[in-house]
Amino acid sequence: MYGNDFVDPDQPLNAAETGDVEAAAADAATARARREQVGSSFDELIAADQRIEPRDDMPEGYRKTLIRQIAQHAHSEIIGMQPEGNWISRAPSLRRKAILMAKVQDEAGHGLYLYSAAETLGVDRAELLDLLHAGKQRYSSIFNYPTLTWADCGAIGWLVDGAAIMNQVPLCRCSYGPYARAMIRVCKEESFHQRQGFEILWELSKGTDAQRAMAQDAANRWWWPALMMFGPPDTGEAAAKGGHTEQSMAWGIKRFSNDDLRQKFVDMMVPQAQRLGLTLPDPDLRFDEESGHWAFGPIDWDEFWRVLRGDGACNAERIEHRVAAHEEGAWVREAATAYADKHDGARRRQESAA
Amino acid sequence: MSESSPTESAVAAPKAAERSWPLWEVFVRGKRGLSHVHVGSLHAPDAEMALRNGRDVYTRRQEGVSLWVVRASDITASSPDERDSFFDPAADKVYRHPTFYDVPEDVEYL
Repeated sequence: MYGNDFVDPDQPLNAAETGDVEAAAADAATARARREQVGSSFDELIAADQRIEPRDDMPEGYRKTLIRQIAQHAHSEIIGMQPEGNWISRAPSLRRKAILMAKVQDEAGHGLYLYSAAETLGVDRAELLDLLHAGKQRYSSIFNYPTLTWADCGAIGWLVDGAAIMNQVPLCRCSYGPYARAMIRVCKEESFHQRQGFEILWELSKGTDAQRAMAQDAANRWWWPALMMFGPPDTGEAAAKGGHTEQSMAWGIKRFSNDDLRQKFVDMMVPQAQRLGLTLPDPDLRFDEESGHWAFGPIDWDEFWRVLRGDGACNAERIEHRVAAHEEGAWVREAATAYADKHDGARRRQESAA
Repeated sequence: MSESSPTESAVAAPKAAERSWPLWEVFVRGKRGLSHVHVGSLHAPDAEMALRNGRDVYTRRQEGVSLWVVRASDITASSPDERDSFFDPAADKVYRHPTFYDVPEDVEYL
């Protein structure tokens, strides 16, 4: 170090950040140094828990798995703009409106970080959007549920973004460098999303009976879908059936099982629900002294598969809206292209004349 | 050289034109006194739009005081395949590091 006035560009942006994110960022920074000590083949790098970078050799299966996962993640971010975007014009105050716009804009930004990470694997963003529009690639099923009341904006921030953070923090250590770096940025920004959601419900919990009932209704509708966000069971008996988990773990794409993350989430959320004075809609929910975890009732996986396969309340609407937005924005993109071509041409003529 | 009007070609094949938007790599100076650091990439039709989009995508929380955008196609990179031969010349020059030198332990500020 050549000076002592050292400014850390990764310094925390707000107090809600977890140490995990910071640790992952530091980890990524030293990865290069550690890399010097191991071989440079894919297997050697993975075995040494090193990052794979875009131009490294990688198995086709690894590349395909990552493209599928990052694309689905990116699609989820941009489709995820819709449920809350729906409330921007009806937010109860100017403060809430400004916050909601910033949050929805963040979701668009997260989509862009992720699309650009996917592009480092040799696909084009436009191709991925075509696949989304044609229903050939998925987005998170959670966004196929409707936002019926203002309290839903609170429940989405608190539960849905809470579950997303739980899923995403381990991805900050994903073996694929560009994905891990995108996730570090995303996680830093998500913490505001969850806190603003909690604050909406906190305000409602201090309000009238009708406001408290609205908050409770939102929690009732979003609790189970939030638990489903971690994906189907992949430990115990379910693990024997196969699936992506085992291979993704071996490749360092996935760090924890769906079931472990779901349990962590429940353990974190139950005390928060109590603080909000909300009753979670699960009669089997109880603290298990023996394991030290909150035990919860069975999840309706039939509902999960039904919504995933297209039979949710908003599946058709979300894609229709997305396609319409894309098509209605075409003239802007065309104008920008024409403008760039015109000025490029003018510059070239000038250069050749000089 | 055949003269074709760029505006016409854009109208004729808008989709193709949109798909050919070049990729730009984005670098942000986080604070005065720090160098620009690569933060990611984006597609844009020209440098001006790349700057504007870079601001919106990468500096929504005052992460930067200065932004560079560089066409990805203008960057020449070393190849990971030749990592060994390319960086080897530095490997056997330990005398470039201060710890290489034998000096008495009781000398201060050295």
